[in-house]
Formats: sequence, C-alpha cells, structure tokens
Amino acid sequence: MKKCTGSLALTALSLFPVLAFASGAIEGDVKQQATNWHAIIMFVVFVAFTMGITYWAARRTRSASDFYTAGGGISGFQNGLAIAGDYMSAASFLGISAMVFDKGYDGLIYSIGFLVGWPVILFLVAERLRNLGKYTFADVASYRLQQTPVRSFAATSTLMVVAMYLIAQMVGAGKLIQLLFGMSYSSAVIMVGILMVCYVLFGGMLATTWVQIIKAVLLLCGASFMAFMVLSTVGFSPEMMFEKAVAAHAKHAAIMSPGKADPVDSISLGMALMFGTAGLPHILMRFFTVSDAKEARKSVFYATGFIGYFYILTFIIGFGAIMLVLNQPGMMETVTKNGKEVHQLIGGSNMAAIHLANAVGGDMFLGFISAVAFATILAVVAGLALSGASAVSHDLYASVIMKGKANEADEIRVSKITTVVLGIIAIVLGLVFEKQNIAFMVGLAFSIAASANFPILFLSMFWKGLTTRGAVIGGFVGLASAILLIVLGPTVWVDIMKHPTALFPYKNPAIFSITLAFVSTWLFSVTDKSRSAEEEKAKFDAQFVRSMTGIGATGASKH
Amino acid sequence: MNEDVLKKVQSNPKFKELVHKKTSLGWQLSIVMLVIYYGFTLVLAFSPSTLGAPLAPGMTMTVGIPVGILIILSAFVLTGLYVRKANGEFDQLNREIVEEAQK
Repeated sequence: MKKCTGSLALTALSLFPVLAFASGAIEGDVKQQATNWHAIIMFVVFVAFTMGITYWAARRTRSASDFYTAGGGISGFQNGLAIAGDYMSAASFLGISAMVFDKGYDGLIYSIGFLVGWPVILFLVAERLRNLGKYTFADVASYRLQQTPVRSFAATSTLMVVAMYLIAQMVGAGKLIQLLFGMSYSSAVIMVGILMVCYVLFGGMLATTWVQIIKAVLLLCGASFMAFMVLSTVGFSPEMMFEKAVAAHAKHAAIMSPGKADPVDSISLGMALMFGTAGLPHILMRFFTVSDAKEARKSVFYATGFIGYFYILTFIIGFGAIMLVLNQPGMMETVTKNGKEVHQLIGGSNMAAIHLANAVGGDMFLGFISAVAFATILAVVAGLALSGASAVSHDLYASVIMKGKANEADEIRVSKITTVVLGIIAIVLGLVFEKQNIAFMVGLAFSIAASANFPILFLSMFWKGLTTRGAVIGGFVGLASAILLIVLGPTVWVDIMKHPTALFPYKNPAIFSITLAFVSTWLFSVTDKSRSAEEEKAKFDAQFVRSMTGIGATGASKH
Repeated sequence: MNEDVLKKVQSNPKFKELVHKKTSLGWQLSIVMLVIYYGFTLVLAFSPSTLGAPLAPGMTMTVGIPVGILIILSAFVLTGLYVRKANGEFDQLNREIVEEAQK
C-alpha cells in the first residue's frame, strides 16, 4: 500500500448516497500498487479453503433442490450469517467507513436506512415467502397467477437487478484488487469471474452459502478487532474518541451532526433501501435454504443482529480512521482532480478502513483485511450468479419454455450453462465498464427491486384482488419508471451525460416509482373482468391458508 | 392441499385466532419500525439541529449518536420480540391446527 497517484472519487459518495453501499463507491482511475504479499498469501489460503468446501459441497449437490437451495438444510443461524454476509459487501465495509471518515454522522444515517428494512421483511414477508415458494421469489408471485407472463416478468426484473449489481461488483473488485493486491485490473476481473463460476457451478447453493458464512465470520472478527483497538487508544471512552476526531477533522464539530438533505430525496432513499432489500432476488432466495418458517424467522433475527453490530463497528472504524489515520505521516497524498490539487488519504477515502487496519494491526493485519475485502466480493458475486441462474433455469426454462414439464436433470444443466454464460458476461462487462462511471448502478438495482419486485411480491401475498394482468403491467411500470427516472435524474442525466439540468429533480426515484407500481397494479387488477381473473381470486384462500400454516410447503429434503 | 383440509382449517376457530394474532402483531411491529425510522428521517429533513445538539453542555457527543445507536438496537429488539412470540405461541397454535386438519 505504498504510493498511489490515482484517486477514488469521493464525489461518487456525495453525489449518490446509495452508492456508499456499493462497490460503485470505488471510482475513477486507480493506479496499480506494489504487490502486497501478505494479502495475496492470505487470499490464496481463503481460496484454497473455499475450493475444498466447494469440492465437499459438490458431492452433496445432486438434485435441483440441492443446487438452488442447499436442499433446504441450512439452519436459521447459518442462514442469518449468510444473509448478513450478502449485505456486508466490500463496499458496505469500505464505503460506509469512508463515508463516516468524510462526513461523520451522515455515515450512520445510511447504515440505519440499510438496516431497518430487515424487521419489516421479517414481520410481513419472510415466513409467507418460505411457506409459498420453492426456489425463486417468482414461485410466490406466480403462485395463483398465470405462470408464463408472471415468471417472464419476474425473470426479467431479476436479471436486470443481478446485471446492475454484478457490473458494480466486478468493476469495484477490479479497482479494489489493483489497490490492495497490486494486480492488474483485467486479471483481477477475470479471476473474480472464474472463481465465481467455480463456486456456483460445482458447489451450488451449499458452497455459495458456506463461502458467504466464512467470509461473514472473518469480516466480523476483523472489524471487531479494529473497533476494539480504536477504542483502546481512547481508554474505551467514546466521548474522548469524538473529541479527538473533531479536533483532527477539517469540518470540526460538523461531523457530529447531520448534514443538509432534501426531504423528498431522504424519504425516497429510505423507501428504496427498505423495500429494495425486500425485493432483492439473491436475498429472497436465501429464505428457501432453511427447512421451515420457524428457521426463516430465526435467520432474519440473527441477520439483523449481525448487520446492526457490523454497522456500529463501521461507525467506530470511520471515527478511528479520522483519529489515527487522517493527516498522519505516510498516510496522505496530494493528487490533481479535475484540474484542482486535492490533499487526501492515499488511495482516497474508501481506503480509510484499510489504512486503519495497518495503523492498528501492522502489515499482517493489513494483509488479512485486504484478503477479507476480496473474499467479500467473491462471496457476493457468487450469490448473484446463482440467483440469475435460477431465474433463467427455473423461471424461464422450466416454467415458461417447457411449461413445467422439464425434467430435473435438464433444468440443472440449464442453470449450470447459465452460470458459465453469466460468468463470461460478468467478465466482459467488467472489462467494458472499467472506465465508466458505474456508481449509479447499485442504486438502480435497489430502485428496481423496490419498485418492480417488491410491490408484486407483497400484493400477491396480501391482496386477493391481484390478477395476472395487474401484476405484469404494474411490475413492468415499476421497472420502467425506476430506470427512466434514474436516467433523467441528476445522477445520470447531469453527472454522466453532462446535460446542464436534470429533467427529473430527485436522485432517488423510489417514492414515485413504487407508488406508480402499486397504483397501476391495483388499477389493472380491479378492471380485469376476465374469467381467468375470477379463477385467480378464487385461489387466494388456499394460498392464504398455506402461507399462514405452511401446510403443503416444501420441506427440507432428506439426505 | 385438498378441499377437505382447506375447509377444516378455515372453519377451525384456532385458525382465525392465529391469523388475527399473527397479522396484528406483524402490522403493529411494522408500524412501530416505520414510525421510528420515518420519524428519524423527518427530524433529519426538517430539524437537523435537534440531532446535532450536544448531549450535555460541554460534551462533544451529540444527541444524534445515541439516537442512531438506539434505532439500530430497536430493529434488533423488535425482530427478537416477533420471533419469540411466533416461534413459541404461534407455532404451537399452528401445530394444533395442522394436526386437527389431518385427522
């Protein structure tokens, strides 16, 4: 981690807050670093170990249920860790600690937004989802509706979310690895793509889950150690930590209070975060890996605990970095950004947690945290790839093309082919988008999930009057409006396409696109007088009983 | 699920009790979470200085810090409350309903 003349644009964080979560936080030109051997050795150990797990998982993965859901044999505690792992991406770790490092209190506000969706998922979605579905959230949305149109919609929107998220992760991975390991961008992207395909192709959901669990444990341990070391320097007095940070930071006491925010944008962002989480296909899929509703509930409980704990740690880490890293000799550099000289942390603010690791734990610990950051990306992309593959094989191939008559072996074959294709697409897109500003993509993924997936999923479980026509039209309206409003908004229209003013004034469209989706779903359902609509409404009672009691739900497969 | 089981479950008063209890607890807790979070968002939007005030005169720590930590804790506590109730009382009731339906 020596010299770096490149820059990770902090602007990405301030322009589009959702991105603090994403790898998209890592932006701009990054110069390759000197090779970091500690990190590489630890990473190789991680890869070797997870490949061993993949080999073990491969021998237990035979049926479609094994491949998609690990046979439903994951416990609530394990699943809670895996869900937390999906959520604690490298960017969430580096991005949120960077945001605290730059702005102090505002970083905590975003953490809270990311967390509060979980209780609502538990109260309204988790157990109903587990009782009704089998492999994908489309199972639930199409439970009493026509398979072909509803699954086509669900697969489209799943693939959109997965693609946006994957591009953000791949580009972020390439840049991060350049910085952390001193590897070239293209070799980093290719390696991430290949490892991702290996985990999913051979080990299915079982390997993907265990990779996620191991990484979550490593990340929680590493972050706990850092927070402990930070607090130990101030005699475990938070007040003392805040005093020292305020003294060191250029913004002084302003880091202790919230910055200015537009009310509509804030509420809209809150909605995207809260309901987006309840519509992310790779997160929803995890509820099918446990045996029943009881374990599904427990998983959310543990996940909420781990994620909340993790966000408190990143808050301490951000303040620790202000105190121990900011303006310390050997940690700062001066770079030229848009023609202006900027004095910043080496590698930019996104490296705050990494520099702090060096400051509190030396070279070995720096290597450990770097390796964990890389492992985190791998685990997240593997989950995404599996989710995309199940949308193609289970929803499109088995249900839409083969009309439910596909045999299991063919369905698994299709999902494996899709995994390889997704790996190739991810690598190609990662390379193509290297120089692009992809910061808006995770925000877009959250908005689509909140505006297209969530309304349909929610109404299919709670509203008897939902019909196929309403679901499909409403879903596509949500999908299209989320994309359109982000493109016309300040993030893409002004910052990327360089138009002088945005056609749509808000950065976060969720409040409008979610409302549009709900209203059009309602409108096109209540005006649907077809006979099939009557039949669909009539099937609600049986669906309701199953969603409440779990009678008829898919259980854990017996091995 | 066949018609017979469906009818048995629907006519079972315990099912009505389960639906009522589970649904109302789920909505109540959701509303609590939404009020806490959107209340916080509204204070941020319209009165940020409330959260930026020092916790006590002379302190660097602001009111916003413990409030933020408490919101994180409240999310965890609310999920805990629901899971305890659902995995205990509701699941017991559910087991009885399923058994009675399969008689």
